[in-house]
Amino acid sequence: MNTWLRNVFLPSASSIRAEGVDDLFMFILWLNILFFLLIAGLIAVFVIQYRRRSANQRTAHIEHNTALELTWTIIPSILCLIVFFWGFNTYMQAAVAPNGAMEIQVTAKKWIWSFGYPDGSVGIGKLWVPVNKPVRLIMHSEDVLHAFFVPAFRIKADVLPNRYTETWFQATEVGDFVIPCAEYCGKGHSQMRAVVKVVSLQDYEKFLEDGDPEEKGLPPEILGASLYVNLGCSTCHSIDGNKGQGPSWKGIYGQMHKMSDGKMMLVDENYIRTSVLQPQAMIVEGFQGIMPSYQGQIRERQLVALIAYIKTLK
Amino acid sequence: MADVIASPAVHTADHGHHADYLSDPAHKGIWSWMTTIDHKRLGVMYLWAVLLAFFVGGLFALLIRLELMHPGEDFMTAEQYNQAFTLHGAIMVFLFIIPSIPAALGNFMLPLMLGAKDVAFPRLNLASFWIYIFGAVLAVTSILAGGVDTGWTFYTPYSTTTGGAVTMMTMSVFILGFSSIFTGINFIATVHKLRAPGMGWFQLPLFVWGIYATAIIQVLATPVLGITMVLLIMERAFNIGIFDAQIGGDPVLFQHFFWFYSHPAVYIMILPGMAIISEVIPTFSRRTIFGYRLIALSSVAIALIGFLVWGHHMFTSGESALAAGIFSFLTFLVAIPSGIKVFNWLATMYKASISLATPMLYAISFLLLFGIGGLTGIFLGALSVDIHLHDTYFVVAHFHYVMMGGTVIAFLAGLHYWWPKMFGRMYNETVGRVACGLVFVGFNMTFLTQFFMGSQGMPRRYYTYLDQFQPLHQFSTYGSWVLGAGLMIAAVNLMSALRGPKNAPDNPWGGTTLEWQTQSPPITHNFLGQPAIEHNPYDYRAFKIPTDAV
Repeated sequence: MNTWLRNVFLPSASSIRAEGVDDLFMFILWLNILFFLLIAGLIAVFVIQYRRRSANQRTAHIEHNTALELTWTIIPSILCLIVFFWGFNTYMQAAVAPNGAMEIQVTAKKWIWSFGYPDGSVGIGKLWVPVNKPVRLIMHSEDVLHAFFVPAFRIKADVLPNRYTETWFQATEVGDFVIPCAEYCGKGHSQMRAVVKVVSLQDYEKFLEDGDPEEKGLPPEILGASLYVNLGCSTCHSIDGNKGQGPSWKGIYGQMHKMSDGKMMLVDENYIRTSVLQPQAMIVEGFQGIMPSYQGQIRERQLVALIAYIKTLK
Repeated sequence: MADVIASPAVHTADHGHHADYLSDPAHKGIWSWMTTIDHKRLGVMYLWAVLLAFFVGGLFALLIRLELMHPGEDFMTAEQYNQAFTLHGAIMVFLFIIPSIPAALGNFMLPLMLGAKDVAFPRLNLASFWIYIFGAVLAVTSILAGGVDTGWTFYTPYSTTTGGAVTMMTMSVFILGFSSIFTGINFIATVHKLRAPGMGWFQLPLFVWGIYATAIIQVLATPVLGITMVLLIMERAFNIGIFDAQIGGDPVLFQHFFWFYSHPAVYIMILPGMAIISEVIPTFSRRTIFGYRLIALSSVAIALIGFLVWGHHMFTSGESALAAGIFSFLTFLVAIPSGIKVFNWLATMYKASISLATPMLYAISFLLLFGIGGLTGIFLGALSVDIHLHDTYFVVAHFHYVMMGGTVIAFLAGLHYWWPKMFGRMYNETVGRVACGLVFVGFNMTFLTQFFMGSQGMPRRYYTYLDQFQPLHQFSTYGSWVLGAGLMIAAVNLMSALRGPKNAPDNPWGGTTLEWQTQSPPITHNFLGQPAIEHNPYDYRAFKIPTDAV
């Protein structure tokens, strides 16, 4: 029963912190069920037992009962105190990352997550971490508030534009875990999604050396198609001709586009390259210059793949 | 003890033929309504206004649920969806729930329950109504003038950087605040100065206690919201760096200001709901309320402690662990008086004579739904669990159980309870009960599902979502239709009663408080002569149940 309820309510518990949180969650859930049944049961009994049988039915005149009132004040108070200390305790245990935790910089901006690793490399949309190692995240936002949330790890922290916030976790199993943005940040909020890739230590080191293994050996168009989603392009640029926050990519390669300063530009490889690295340089007429720069966050191979992908969108 | 109280039936015989406030020949025509200083007419005008706001806010809710039937775009774009949930929240909070019980039912009933002719400052009451209307018109204008997509919370720096008519919307919230403050001042003065002779503080009906506690919060907390809104407007209009980090402000400061008002505002919303339940349960149980003083004083305790818990909306905002611990502790402290009230209401049904008329059915729905709302609050008060649940559908479900399952259901209980008094007409009882049943089932279908989604990790304010959540989202949407149908049936039932003859007795439920001792609907000056207070409210020992009671 307990395990079944736990699975109904909670996602997989994949960090060392999750179990402690879940135990308290289940304790409160059982309290909830118990008290709800008590309330509903008393209502049912009273409504049946004391239903109005005649207009002149006699009723009791009981103004109060000190012993009873003390009971239902003290018992809930004790239960609340238990829950408070339990919650505070598990919160404090998780408040500070252990010494020697690996540090990763997290940058949030509308509507992508990027991750800076200890060796200086930067990746977008995927957070690669080794299993069973404490990882400390130092986070900041380049625009509005966002929140870093990993349901499977039971962690969440707001990401602010004017100061660093931090959180930490230690994954206990290998796998992919979703990172949904949990603080409303505008149009792309619900698609501002990244993935924690928890891998073995060897695989993690291999990732640092050779880059994303999932991008290995793919033809550029295919890699471009997956980058289109992983790098967050899809939040603003459609591939079916619909107008989003940015121009649709459908059929744009080889077209002439009018810029906001009136200039006509041919959409070719260099135009796309500049648009990705310095998006503010040229703004297409009818759009706002809200795209973040990918300078230093995208590898040459990825850029080439994106261009190849755009060429296929006829 | 026999016959201490004059039977209400005797009163009726004297003055049954007097013109009531609706048909008073001295006050005729639209202009007499627009300039009226009669608290009953103002209450009725507020009632139509808040019901209209509820209808519009409800339409947005149905649109939101419809869009969430499937992941991705159904019929709204992401921008339209963001505007829809913003307007749903802003309209429901600022135009409906906050004024609903105090300004509509409170305005009408408070002076009657005190045995007074009117509120202490009738002209201020009229001003408060027109300020509300002006604020509401401005809110609607801002929707037409480009929309607002900030969420009802207006979090910075999003709200200072996004386009649309945010300035106008915040201006309207600022103005609506004054309406709320004026109502609060008026009610405080009325309770202090206009109680009938012989009515001490502990002879006040509990509805009055609840409205009084609410008024204190309205007067003390609303100015903070006003100031915050002005600062936000200054930042948007003149680029003065207060909240926006780009120009030297601090976005978290906004959250502190906002929740310093908006958490007490939660009690502005729920205390009047509890106040109605404290009237309905004794009347339909025909028994004195259990623990009168504890219920009365716990309202005041909630009002005061409620000022000290705003930080629990910000556990993930980067506030210090010490602050989080203190706010968590105080949150549990404020929960206890609410729990005590629930047990008191339950105990009032012990050895009673319970009638399951429509108002009582709503009151029982309240006990169950508010019970779930309160109990699930324990998850959110516990620090480590809240970190996981914060900003997910779990929170959405929790506050809908409190705000809708609590306040709105109590509002419906109050409407059905006092409708005969306000308009002198009985509605169809069977239809009323069916509607209550549909509302109860539909509400649970809509929101119970959202607890599961939330704890599984579905964040709120999401236009699209992962496929795994679709079955629950769909079920929730079906529930919203049942809920909507129930509410529509209730509305049609109440409204169609207005077209019938004035058939309501003065005291259809056998209520002991003073509003039942005057005719239905009341005369313009409320009572013929000064009503006498000879017993505590809800004391049925010597009370004669009128023969025409249902």
